[in-house]
Amino acid sequence: MDIIITGLLLGSTYALIALGLNLQYGVARIMNLANGEMLVLGALAAFWIFVADAISPLLTMLIVAPLSFIGNWLIYRFLLRPLVRRAKNQGQLEVDSILATFGMSFAIVGIMVSIHGEYFTYSYLAEPFQILGDTYALNRIVAFCFAVLLGAILFAWLYFTRQGMAIRAVVVNTEASGLVGIDVPRLSALAFAIGGAVTTMGGTLISTFIVLDASVGVVFTMKALIIIIMGGVGDIRGALVAALLLGLVETTVARLIDPGLTLAAAYAMFVIALLVRPEGLFGRKPT
Amino acid sequence: MNFAKIMKTAAMGVTTSVLAASLMTVSAQAADIIKIGAIAPKSGPLGGGALVTQWPNVELWSKQINARGGIDVGGTKMMVEIVEYDDKTNPGEHIKAAQRLAEVDKVDFIVAPYGTGFNLAAAPIYAKYGYPQIAVSAISDKLPELTKRYPNLFFTLGNTSSFSGSVVDILKDMRAAGEIGSRVAMVNVADAFGIELAEAARPRLKEAGFEIVYDKSYPLGTPDLSPIIKGAKESKPDAFIAWSYPPDTFGLTEQAIIQDLNVKMYYTAVATCFPAFGGKFGSKIEGVFGAGGVNQDSPAIQEYFKQHKEITGKDADGWASANTYVSLQVLEQAISGAGTKDRAAVVDYIKNNSFDTIMGPINFENQISNKFWTVGQWQGGKFRGVKSSNMDGAAKIVSKDGWK
Amino acid sequence: MNRSDTKSLFWGAVLLGLMAFVPLVADGYWMSIALTIAMFTVLATSWALFSGPTHYISLATAAFFGVGGYLVGTGMSDYNIDYWTMVAIAPIFGAVLAFLIGLATLRLSGVYFVIFTLGLAEMVRTLVSWVQNNFTGSRGLYVLTDLTEPDIYWCLLVVAAAVYLFGWWLNRSRLGFAMRIIGNDESVARHVGINTAFSKVILFTVSGFVAALVGALIAPRYTYIEPNGVFSPELSFIVVIMALLGGTGRLWGPIVGVIPFALLQEFINANYSSYSTLVMGVAFLLIVYFLPQGVVGRLEQLWAKRRQSSW
Repeated sequence: MDIIITGLLLGSTYALIALGLNLQYGVARIMNLANGEMLVLGALAAFWIFVADAISPLLTMLIVAPLSFIGNWLIYRFLLRPLVRRAKNQGQLEVDSILATFGMSFAIVGIMVSIHGEYFTYSYLAEPFQILGDTYALNRIVAFCFAVLLGAILFAWLYFTRQGMAIRAVVVNTEASGLVGIDVPRLSALAFAIGGAVTTMGGTLISTFIVLDASVGVVFTMKALIIIIMGGVGDIRGALVAALLLGLVETTVARLIDPGLTLAAAYAMFVIALLVRPEGLFGRKPT
Repeated sequence: MNFAKIMKTAAMGVTTSVLAASLMTVSAQAADIIKIGAIAPKSGPLGGGALVTQWPNVELWSKQINARGGIDVGGTKMMVEIVEYDDKTNPGEHIKAAQRLAEVDKVDFIVAPYGTGFNLAAAPIYAKYGYPQIAVSAISDKLPELTKRYPNLFFTLGNTSSFSGSVVDILKDMRAAGEIGSRVAMVNVADAFGIELAEAARPRLKEAGFEIVYDKSYPLGTPDLSPIIKGAKESKPDAFIAWSYPPDTFGLTEQAIIQDLNVKMYYTAVATCFPAFGGKFGSKIEGVFGAGGVNQDSPAIQEYFKQHKEITGKDADGWASANTYVSLQVLEQAISGAGTKDRAAVVDYIKNNSFDTIMGPINFENQISNKFWTVGQWQGGKFRGVKSSNMDGAAKIVSKDGWK
Repeated sequence: MNRSDTKSLFWGAVLLGLMAFVPLVADGYWMSIALTIAMFTVLATSWALFSGPTHYISLATAAFFGVGGYLVGTGMSDYNIDYWTMVAIAPIFGAVLAFLIGLATLRLSGVYFVIFTLGLAEMVRTLVSWVQNNFTGSRGLYVLTDLTEPDIYWCLLVVAAAVYLFGWWLNRSRLGFAMRIIGNDESVARHVGINTAFSKVILFTVSGFVAALVGALIAPRYTYIEPNGVFSPELSFIVVIMALLGGTGRLWGPIVGVIPFALLQEFINANYSSYSTLVMGVAFLLIVYFLPQGVVGRLEQLWAKRRQSSW
């Protein structure tokens, strides 16, 4: 029981991060390998502001979100859009965007390292909280609540507004969406920016209970990618289920088998997914 | 357009040659300066540790010497100039930087690296150029073999047997005094350091009649350590030992506080002695054991702490900081004792003489110094040495009483 | 064998011969740099053999390299096997690992492959540490040999020669032809009857073999093998930058990227070491935006343009 709740708590934060990348890859078709670094930027901001002014990371989220939105929008507009225009097919765009976002991720890590090269250690709500007789860290529970809240808002936007519907249309078929009058470039930029903002907020949340440093971004990028591929690219429900599953599997392996095998377990899940159902849980088989 | 393309490719060729040329610039060698190189991490997994233990001591020592007018070398006072490189916790980087110090910067001496792996990787280079390598943060069980292979390599912090042995001794003492039973939970960071120590500890614990009820490892850099503490707690241990590195020392302790891991003996290895550890957890870590130790009552140590804080602005840690400073004192005294910058003479001097340091008199037998602290404990807000090899001033052990 | 083939073989041999003289004239510092250049030349060229024609960006180099180094360390330290035997065994492990990974991921699109290799080094590191902790339980992996840097350098040159020969043979073989078609359009390749999965797996296995071999050869330089040291995450990225910078269209493209980048890295580390990651990032960006075919590719475009304009 303890394992299940801890796994869900962890998975919810993963879900938030994966949602961000899902928007970027599913809509804008950019495989953003700097995603993990966006997350770490959120963590760095939380650490910095908390240590300097003792302001709660939850409030920092509100500052970080619009900044990340603008930053990501600018990145898409000026660094990624030229690649989109230049690409002759989807495959080449993917390769180019991988390399470009790689470069960005290094640049961002380089900047972060020169700001603060060590671990972002701070203690926020590191107190015990009882649920059903088992103790959990309060900060995890708070992070969980906020992740659920943000996820719900995102879900509502995507499924109950016209813009959200347009975005889902682009995910299904980019060309057809253009044909029915959807402004694909503008929506892509919007989705990329929102995706980045969501990821950064996720980073702020996760930093309250996990100690990060400038270089761990790549592990989170990888996990986010594994999640969206397992869940089916572009599909929110799929990403959610896959994220919770990953959180559960990792926690179970860490508790019952060995803490040293969590990454191997994540990979094992990935390989199984690739061999059994490569289009993901909720995805469509490519025609 | 064509012009631009030509320019780009030409620039490539020019840049290459310029870079190659710049790497060849040789710095001028002043006659009355002692150039000392120092390579250690300032970033990467071990950067945090080196920034607490190693770098401040290099700064402190060099500033103190230059304030005194320099080191007396055969009648002339020579100032000390430090050449620094950040190896980013990358052995390949470190090796190149060491070569650079030797060939390009042409330093007279080099401060030994930080970390066992780095000391070993650099040893061949130090040996080739004859630099004395007074290693501090290097713990290994192959000391005799290594000292034979590298005749200018000196060890000051002991080996894994004495390290783990002391912890087991404490467990035995506490059990004899009735404070704890025989159930021990042991975890280690899955890095050479942690693995070696866990390996060394297991047979000793078994021999002393302890039962290891939880025995797990975790990769260096694991962000989430709560499963480990939860697992350890479930095994109902009397004592908890973690062969850990700085990030996990902090992480595990934080989790232990949240989960209220109720043991009377709690040990985490590296970084327990850091001032930041005491600062972050305050009174909650009263009674926590850690690697190392220091004699807080010794006047020499107290003076050292004061100077450290004044000159570098940072607090020294309760273990390898003092040892690092001692290694630099040894170097200084050897240079002035030998009366020359000649490295072979200095190495000889270190082998055959005794040195007056803040940790008392130090000398090397077969290039190994046998005076070092092995275990310390937080008592009343200070980290005191409780077990050692040949050190004076050990404090009495107290048992842990909750995490308040 | 036609004339241009003989010519390229001849020049290759000449270059190799020249490079073999380096240890005799270079001092310790430049020897170190030369060794680094040799190491990356082998890694980048073998990387380009696979990733060049297929456009599948492999980031798995560090994983294989680490496996090679690690096996040497554990073989020598825990099982007292001598160095050269381990050097012979380690690449086989690397090849097997590459083969398995290839089978699992290369049947699908390139994106899955890249993602998989992204965290592979990290995952192998944690797995290897776990195995070491629970099974081999060693007390430190010492690789104590009497090999000097020139010795390692010459070994690497031999491997480089082998890789170049292989690449040369590949370009003229059916397999190489198949790879080029796959790189241009994979569905066309399949329709024409090429077994795309098999071709990709074979070449990926070769690159894994070579990377593990290099890791095994470099192990003596480190003396003490730690998982964090040999599974360096940066390694994979640096190899990619170098190969792409030089250009993967030609066999000798990568080395054009290796030499300046290695020197640049050394320069940055000597003077601005805290900015090296930033420099890598900027290098990546420059390649993507201005040199997508690498320097060699650019030069060839230039050459073609000049010949055209002379009409």
